[in-house]
Amino acid sequence: MKAEDIPGRPPLVAGSLSYSDVTDTIASRVLRRGSPLGWWAGLGASFLLLMVLLFAIAWLFLRGTGIWGINIPVAWGFAIVNFVWWIGIGHAGTFISAILLLMKQEWRTSINRFAEAMTLFAVACAGMFPLLHLGRPWVFYFMLPYPDTMNLWPQFRSPLVWDIFAVSTYFTVSLLFWYLGLIPDFATLRDRARSRGARVTFGLLSLGWRGSVRHWHRYQRIYLILAALATPLVVSVHSIVSMDFSVAIVPGWHSTIFPPYFVAGAIYSGFAMVLTLAIPLRRAYRLEAIITARHLDNMAKMLLVTGWILFFGYMSDIFMSWYSADRFDAYTTWTRMTGHYRTAFWSMLLINIGSVQLLWFPRLRTSPLFLFLISLVINVGMWLERFVIIITSLHRDYLPSSWGLYRPTLWDWATLTGSMGLFLFLFFLFIRLFPVASISEIKKLVHESGREG
Amino acid sequence: MQEGKVNGMPYGLLAEFASPETLTAAIRRVRASGYKEVDAFSPFPLEDAALALGAEDWGVAMAALLGGICGGAAGYFTQYFAMALDYPINSGGRPHHSWPSFIPITFEMTVLGAVLTGLIALLALNRLPMPHHPLFAAPRFSLASQDRFFLCILRRDPLFREGETRRLLESLGPVEVSEVAA
Repeated sequence: MKAEDIPGRPPLVAGSLSYSDVTDTIASRVLRRGSPLGWWAGLGASFLLLMVLLFAIAWLFLRGTGIWGINIPVAWGFAIVNFVWWIGIGHAGTFISAILLLMKQEWRTSINRFAEAMTLFAVACAGMFPLLHLGRPWVFYFMLPYPDTMNLWPQFRSPLVWDIFAVSTYFTVSLLFWYLGLIPDFATLRDRARSRGARVTFGLLSLGWRGSVRHWHRYQRIYLILAALATPLVVSVHSIVSMDFSVAIVPGWHSTIFPPYFVAGAIYSGFAMVLTLAIPLRRAYRLEAIITARHLDNMAKMLLVTGWILFFGYMSDIFMSWYSADRFDAYTTWTRMTGHYRTAFWSMLLINIGSVQLLWFPRLRTSPLFLFLISLVINVGMWLERFVIIITSLHRDYLPSSWGLYRPTLWDWATLTGSMGLFLFLFFLFIRLFPVASISEIKKLVHESGREG
Repeated sequence: MQEGKVNGMPYGLLAEFASPETLTAAIRRVRASGYKEVDAFSPFPLEDAALALGAEDWGVAMAALLGGICGGAAGYFTQYFAMALDYPINSGGRPHHSWPSFIPITFEMTVLGAVLTGLIALLALNRLPMPHHPLFAAPRFSLASQDRFFLCILRRDPLFREGETRRLLESLGPVEVSEVAA
């Protein structure tokens, strides 16, 4: 797809924008004095939720993981569900910024910046959970390979150790990719800022970027290389997350469909989160000229595609538990459908497979309100999916004598809602302090579409 | 600009253009006239202008390749050393050197090594961070990050002659030509 507009479809950049219109639309939000009341309200509300998180963590550190509902046999509870959920959400940001860049999908340009920020914050939320789940989080460095006095090494054959490398590499690369994209925009802000404080701050953040064509050339090259590296990285991260389960022999986990099915689910939930964030953002910030109906339409189509891959994953999982003639696996599937957690299972199917089919209707794909609502529902559906996979598999394994139930406690719920507070708090800070869309890339798009006005 | 006159040694002559196309055409003309110490500035990447400047550079790509190879090798050999030599334990009857299970971390370390060295190379080759630069003192240069396109012929170019170079730049259809103080 080239930057030219496709007849009969809304354009990528609405109307005719001049280069300075692009700067004005984005930079003025950062440089203005004072903040709108709605922003303060959002920041305040998310700050309260963040306090809930800190309170829950403080109590956890004082009392230990016994305050959560986890026990034997269900030793992995909300912490791991939330971990997988958050990291999956992060993946759409990388998908938009790297994979769509390599595929020359120019519509990504308006949404990549805040999708990358979403990735960072989601991975930060995700990374917190396994550490909290350690029980003794202050010795987390035992998992790293360092020459210690105990003469021990981590077990490198374990997916749990792979996970540490995968998640920390992913976070580092996402952060650097995001910052690299921000450097030229910081230079734009530096050159427009009126107050000395802002000029110095943005000047330092921009590293003295001058916009030299020679610099741009190397910049473009490394940007593409980073995208090419981030593409297999994002696939590897969620594949490794899925191996945390599928390498174990627990019935319901031990399945080769897990890596592709987890990756598709991650991108599915991530696009839902991008919509959840983009729709209020474009309305509040009047970004309709930059995040157009076409963007919403494309993201809705991505939901539909990944939703169908997920459907294949669900069906393959169910089919294999019958076809493998493994009684334990078959029983796990049966107990998912009819056992204690059946409501979660059927809601998951209804949401992730059922509700997303509404997006076949073009009218619904361009209705911001509908997309916002369905994205919220899908976020819940994907959380339920991880809940079903983790909890139902653990609560019924090989020996009926070791069966048990899992009941989340108040602290489980507090940590989950609190992590949303952390995510939203960071996001509110981001939209106030950073340019929410890439100024230089949109200018390039305006230039290439030949509609500079 | 006044200081530049006092020293008698300006940094260079800066021409401002209104569009990327006039800038690229100007670069071609200036290069054809034999100038080597030329730089151009724009608010977004211009691949044509970079090629016209002869800025083709594979440095960052090479650095990333090298960093990736080193990162991957370090990742693999750390695991090999730990699992097969220094602390061999039998895990599920697998051989001590069970290479397939070393692949994921090797891959992650390859990516990390490539990204870090690539970015370090980008900064090193672009001589960044550089918070101060003579061009920042040019009054209209702040538009280089907004909507204007600039071409600068540096004084250290052997062909640089105040009057002659200025006349060349003025013949290329600029908005304005100005001197940049050193």
